[in-house]
Amino acid sequence: MKIFQLLEMYSIKPETLDTFTSRRNAFAKLGSFGKKVAMAAIPVGFASVAGNKAYAATMEPLDVLNFALTLEYLEAEYYTKGLAASGLIPAGKDRAIFELIEKHEVDHVAFLIAGITASGGTPVSKPTFDFTVGGAFNPFGNYEQFLALAQAFEDTGVRAYKGQAANLMSNKALLTAALQIHSVEARHASEVRRLRGLKGWITQNERGAGMPEATQAVYNGENNLMQGGVNVTTVTTIGSDGITESFDEPLTKEEVLTIAGLFIAA
Amino acid sequence: MSKTNQVKEDTKSVFQNKGSRRNFLKYSGAGIATAGILLMGCEDNENMVPDLDGVVNLGSGDVGVLNYAYVLEQLEAAFYINVVTNLYRNISDVERTMMEDLRNHEVAHRDFLKAALGSNAIGELTFDFSSVNFNNRESVLATAKVFEDLGVAAYNGAGKLLQNPDFLLIAGKIVSVEARHAAAIRSILDSDPKSFAGNDVIDANGLDRAFEPAMVLNAASTFILNKINASQLPTS
Repeated sequence: MKIFQLLEMYSIKPETLDTFTSRRNAFAKLGSFGKKVAMAAIPVGFASVAGNKAYAATMEPLDVLNFALTLEYLEAEYYTKGLAASGLIPAGKDRAIFELIEKHEVDHVAFLIAGITASGGTPVSKPTFDFTVGGAFNPFGNYEQFLALAQAFEDTGVRAYKGQAANLMSNKALLTAALQIHSVEARHASEVRRLRGLKGWITQNERGAGMPEATQAVYNGENNLMQGGVNVTTVTTIGSDGITESFDEPLTKEEVLTIAGLFIAA
Repeated sequence: MSKTNQVKEDTKSVFQNKGSRRNFLKYSGAGIATAGILLMGCEDNENMVPDLDGVVNLGSGDVGVLNYAYVLEQLEAAFYINVVTNLYRNISDVERTMMEDLRNHEVAHRDFLKAALGSNAIGELTFDFSSVNFNNRESVLATAKVFEDLGVAAYNGAGKLLQNPDFLLIAGKIVSVEARHAAAIRSILDSDPKSFAGNDVIDANGLDRAFEPAMVLNAASTFILNKINASQLPTS
């Protein structure tokens, strides 16, 4: 399958991403994207050195906003193209749902650009996206694939914002705004998942029926049972499925870039 | 039996049904001891001693904010325990599973926060759900919608009040699940296909709501019999 060749090309091996070297390699292969996200000053790999915490690799608030903007560009363009693809999204309920999601993503792009500019920063420019990943996917010609990638993007968005919250603690207004976007992404994720016949929440680290194997990186680590040093199974009668559904897990910046990087052509 | 007692009985029955003696031991034993570690290093909380007049004092600092979250999770857990033990008429399989899932998630949040707070945790609250007709789908789902949207707005507003990044991350892990719930409830309750993230909760910038604790507690107080003192919570 072509997708596996692509994963090879990007050196994306989720099972080895925890090591310094593979992270650095995966990041280097993303090339221009890394520069666009303006994180040149950040020592990639610090995350694994300093501990496996989503916020271990600290970013300044403006860098976080540009990182978020890149994801919002991706989502906004995806839905704009999806809505423009004739005969793709069924009229009625489905179309109404995606019109609303697209509106929110476009709103997020505008909001972040305004916020970055107002904070004295320079918004990153929109990358060139390839949602077919070099022809491996056909999301604008196949509604099932469109839905599957939408689910992957929304579930990734939730994890990405969560992973950056701590980097915004120095600016309470930005933190609150990011949280307000974060929960909208979670609403989207829930709705898209349910539209696909899944539950709105993530059980263990299951990507769910019909999701391409290439999207597994979006779900790895969601089966975590340790919260704040507490093994939650020891403090509740709820089983591990329910516990994993109850806590969404963060992704590091590097993990998010590895996922999003698949769809960035330049 | 009063409504309040009904909730207590239902709570008890859930633990009797799902929690064997083994689970009870699990709950009361090592887990708590481990859990206490989480809040070590936070301010020692003399204000956890209940006020003489029976008012529940949430405390200050991060402990206060987490106790505030614990109030909301206790409320939601008690509500869904009631829903699941008294399912509304003609409930579909999909909706029954959803109600059971939500009950599980809120109980997990509640139990986790209690353990995380350790000796700083407020006690068990008592609730009044007499305004809810548990036999009636609309009544149950409309109440669920209020609770889930309120929970989202509460966590969104509370993030900035936390000092410890570990607690902020945990709050973030919980709030997105509340948002997933809110969207699901809205989706099955409302005929408008855009209700899952409707413009009654999402503004023109595409932002969800963020409420201050006072506003949230005021809204929740309709269902909470205890008086709650949130005066020591951080305000910014």
